[in-house]
Amino acid sequence: MKKLFLGVLTALALAAGGTFAGTLDDVKARGNLLCGVSTGAPGFATVDDSGKDVGFDVDYCRALAAAIFGDPMAVKFVGLTSAVRFTALAAGEVDILARNTTWTYSRDTDLKQTFLGVNYYDGQGFMVKKELGVKSTTELDGATVCIQVGTTTELNLADYFKENGMSYEPVPTADNAESQQQYLAGACDTYTTDASALHGTRVNLENPDDHLVLPEIISKEPLGPLVRHGDDNWADIGRWVLNALVIAEEKGITKANIDSWKDTKDAEIHRLLGTGDDDILAMVGLPKNAMYNAIKAGGNYGEIFENNLGATSGINIERGVNASWTKGGILYSPPFR
Amino acid sequence: MSSPTLPPSESFKFSMLLSDTRYRGMSLQVITFIIFMAVFFWLVDNTIKNLALLDKDVSFNFLWLRAGYDINQRLIPYTSDSTHGMAALVGILNTLLVAFVGCIIATVLGLFVGILRLSKNWIVAKLMSAYIEGFRNVPILLWIVMVFALLTEFTPAPRAFKGAEPEATMLFFESIAITNRGTYFPAPVLAEGAYWLLLCFGLSIVASIYIIRYANKQKKVTGKSLPTFWISVAVIIFPTLILFFAMGQPVSLEYPYLKGFNFKDGIHLRNSFLALTLALAFYTSAFIAEIVRAGIMAVSKGQSEAAASLGLRPNKIMSLIILPQALRVIVPPLISNYLNLTKNSSLAIAVGYMDVRGTLGGITLNQTGRELESMLLLMGFYLAVSLLISSFINYFNRSFQIVVR
Repeated sequence: MKKLFLGVLTALALAAGGTFAGTLDDVKARGNLLCGVSTGAPGFATVDDSGKDVGFDVDYCRALAAAIFGDPMAVKFVGLTSAVRFTALAAGEVDILARNTTWTYSRDTDLKQTFLGVNYYDGQGFMVKKELGVKSTTELDGATVCIQVGTTTELNLADYFKENGMSYEPVPTADNAESQQQYLAGACDTYTTDASALHGTRVNLENPDDHLVLPEIISKEPLGPLVRHGDDNWADIGRWVLNALVIAEEKGITKANIDSWKDTKDAEIHRLLGTGDDDILAMVGLPKNAMYNAIKAGGNYGEIFENNLGATSGINIERGVNASWTKGGILYSPPFR
Repeated sequence: MSSPTLPPSESFKFSMLLSDTRYRGMSLQVITFIIFMAVFFWLVDNTIKNLALLDKDVSFNFLWLRAGYDINQRLIPYTSDSTHGMAALVGILNTLLVAFVGCIIATVLGLFVGILRLSKNWIVAKLMSAYIEGFRNVPILLWIVMVFALLTEFTPAPRAFKGAEPEATMLFFESIAITNRGTYFPAPVLAEGAYWLLLCFGLSIVASIYIIRYANKQKKVTGKSLPTFWISVAVIIFPTLILFFAMGQPVSLEYPYLKGFNFKDGIHLRNSFLALTLALAFYTSAFIAEIVRAGIMAVSKGQSEAAASLGLRPNKIMSLIILPQALRVIVPPLISNYLNLTKNSSLAIAVGYMDVRGTLGGITLNQTGRELESMLLLMGFYLAVSLLISSFINYFNRSFQIVVR
């Protein structure tokens, strides 16, 4: 019902008028950032035992809020299902969408969104119960597949099974929790979604060792935050907060040592942390120490990754291609100047 | 001829539009209409302007683009290479299927429950009251999710049927498999000559209708009633049965069997379909039962007493005296319940049933980002279906009403 409601809401929002330029001013006037996140994707956006929002996407939004307000807690998280996320963003329900969303051509152009970059290079995988004895996706002919509606995975799935001449029966579900429940009840043989989400889901199952994420990755899923078309300054802010986190890791700036760079000879670090003479962040309307606050909020990209997806989190996803380019990965930020 | 005396001709004044009762009604309607149209055009204009501001246009071209996603339940051929329009059509047929089957089950159940609630048997009457109050007073969404949960959680997975000593077995001589993915029935397979059989069956039905009509006529003339029920059953069954064996059994059953992950062949009724249809039917039947009860109680008690004093048995009284009169009261509110059932079927997404709301209003909307267009099409569809259903039943209803001469 929520989807329908949002659809109507868009129509009403459109009918009622209102432009979306000047998002930064709106956010400042409101006093907090509205960040659209997943309704429950372990590692990316969940609520911990103490009721606090945690996750990879959550930490990005906290960094953004810290850059704007100097306070990482000045952000309100809005849980969105995969089907309503774009509508909610277009209707102005959220300022930014950080909801493990795949960057695609049609979303960028036809859906009128601006992707700010890639914060996680992912791919679509499959999870099965070990007792099934399946070792590869090529053995899935005739399987019943649980899948979240309104995602790119739905299209990849159709293409992959068609290319390989296999048949399958889709069982559409509304979100990760419902997929998980159907999968555990045996109403589907396999659950498919982004591999990172599968790993995150698996460790939270009762007996993680009874389940297996198959080795094949059937698609490219570059995930990243996005904003709606029409406010380039706002897009620049989001993009450069993301870049700042990546640069910080490259330079070795961490949450713990961030205050010890005052005497460095690296001019880029001074520009980044606002410790130099230049105030280049005024160009986008942010305070001089915005990026300092952003990095201070949850650490650099590497720290955020480790805390939410890596060894510290228990999900144990390897950095792989998501390592910095200096360490063999493909994470590479344009220079901060 | 003397010309009739005309009232003194008054020159028309503009203020008379409001002060003169001859014009006031009309002018108020015109004003209301103008205001209504102004608001309507303002809304449309504003929508278009703001869509332009968002750099979006209104276009239905997406209906002819490749859909790219698969749908599990298809009544017409559809693959991921079909268009979004076809996907919408698949969804429309799925919606109509649920609505059609749901309405039939709801009507039959509602009729029985409604009549039984008036039973003199205390236990039966109370059981039916509990049924009605239980279904009527819990939101339909909860019933749908509840039925679905029962169907998926308490039934065995297909794998449980495997092995030498399986945990679960198929029912009715290995013909029906109830699993947590749906129920599999044997499917009829038509061989050569099967169409003659169908033709024969059709003709038998027509023949039995004529026999019933003839019997009714006879009854009016002679007052004697023929055992029409048994005669028509015999007419429908025997010719087709004889032909079936004479032609060497051209229709066979294809039994579902377990292969790989799932059962193959046979007719597969998915749990999403079963849960949605049953929950909608149970829920709506509770309302229909109350309508039936109201209709029966609206027939004056003297009618049944008079019939009883003529020596009619209770079931004859019900079918000949009470129900025909009660139908006049029952049918009009029945329409709104059929409409409700049809519209409530849009809750299908709760159990992942791919109705038109799930295809056009769900996946297509999401993949193409055409919210406004999809929603307009959806609203148009539900409006059209509702108007069709109500005009059809209104037509039907006219034949029940007392003809006033």
